[in-house]
Amino acid sequence: MDFEFIRAYAPLYASAAGLTLTIAFFGILLSVVIGLLCSLVKIFKIPVLTVIVNGYIEISRNTPLLIQLFFLYFGLPKIGIVLSSETCAITGLAFLGGSYMAEAFRTGIEQIPKIQTDSGLSLGMTGLQIFRFILLPQAIATSVPVFCANIIFLIKETSVFSAVALADLMFVAKDLIGIYYKTDEALFMLVISYLLILLPVSAFCTLLERRVRYAEFGNSNPVSGK
Amino acid sequence: MQNLGIQILFQGNNFLRLWVGLWVSLKLAVISMFFSICLGMLFGMVMTSTNKLVRFFCRLYLETVRIMPQLVLLFLVYFGAAKHLNVNLSGGTAAVLVFTFWGTAEMGDLVRSALESIPVHQYQSGYALGFGKIGVYRHIIIPQTIRRLLPSMMNLLTRMVKTTSLVVLIGVIEVVKVGKQIIDASRYTVPDAALWVYGVIFIMYFAVCYPFSRAAALLDKKLRD
Repeated sequence: MDFEFIRAYAPLYASAAGLTLTIAFFGILLSVVIGLLCSLVKIFKIPVLTVIVNGYIEISRNTPLLIQLFFLYFGLPKIGIVLSSETCAITGLAFLGGSYMAEAFRTGIEQIPKIQTDSGLSLGMTGLQIFRFILLPQAIATSVPVFCANIIFLIKETSVFSAVALADLMFVAKDLIGIYYKTDEALFMLVISYLLILLPVSAFCTLLERRVRYAEFGNSNPVSGK
Repeated sequence: MQNLGIQILFQGNNFLRLWVGLWVSLKLAVISMFFSICLGMLFGMVMTSTNKLVRFFCRLYLETVRIMPQLVLLFLVYFGAAKHLNVNLSGGTAAVLVFTFWGTAEMGDLVRSALESIPVHQYQSGYALGFGKIGVYRHIIIPQTIRRLLPSMMNLLTRMVKTTSLVVLIGVIEVVKVGKQIIDASRYTVPDAALWVYGVIFIMYFAVCYPFSRAAALLDKKLRD
């Protein structure tokens, strides 16, 4: 292992990691927004939109991100829509993540027994109040684990962005292997970079999951979840 | 122009070539899935062990696999093995190794949660009826586990199919590569080929994955009722 080499090229990895994180941040933010909108459409069963949202969710969940990116990056310019690598990456990530987030929120709300809505109604609450005071707090608690898993999943998915000429971590690693044949060092730094990004996120998610378990309805033993 | 573009798919045997290309990555997915199911069943049973040390190592393996992007694992094996073990793995072999490694962990976790979701009294009633340990597993636990596993196993299969699309990045000639060949070959005659070719590849993946995820959803619903 050539540590001089590692020291020399660490800044390259740092900037690549920064890029990966920036894209992931915007992609995830957009996918949360899309997910919330889609889940609301599905929960309130808005006529035409439900069909569109269902179609979108199926398409986005059943195709690989890589193929979505290829279509966005190489296909769309042929009909005049030219996206930069960054826009393309964020769009792709939001397209993929939106459906996963939508499902997370929807199952969170649907897991709440119907009887709670009925009880709310019989107490004289309005639809909005029921949503605000009964459904939402519980839905947030139950969908946090899935939500966290989705965030980690989406950050991991950013590793394919090198395919659309974005200078992310994979791109840098591949470059260094190609130019200097320093396979060990390049791969070592690649693994370390991903660990540095993902371990804190994963640890934070575990903490968060433990916290929100207390809020789960009818959960007498919050720690074990049984 | 529009008509010209879509023509590219029906020129010669282009459409067939794309399917053959997709089959290359599907084959990798199916092989990895087969190994993952076999090894994952074993791993899942090991994971339910009460030994702290065993549990710790299982957890470590699962978390390692979960936290690393599959593409990074692919790179590690594809480039790393060539250098250290002095074996020149083809992209396909590296892919099967990595996806089995990944799939086993995921499958193991599914098996574990299915096993643990079966109430203790099922075991106890079995023992009370005079079954041995093997008898309890064979006649009571495994049939119930498999029923619970089927939907999540199908979901894992679609994930596997989606993940094998990554192999193009380590130089396996599969559907995207074939698509690129078609696009490059007709660069001058059909300038907007990329749109159609990538569009069709997109739809092809959907056509393969959708039935499985639909079946998984239906099974899941049937199981819950």
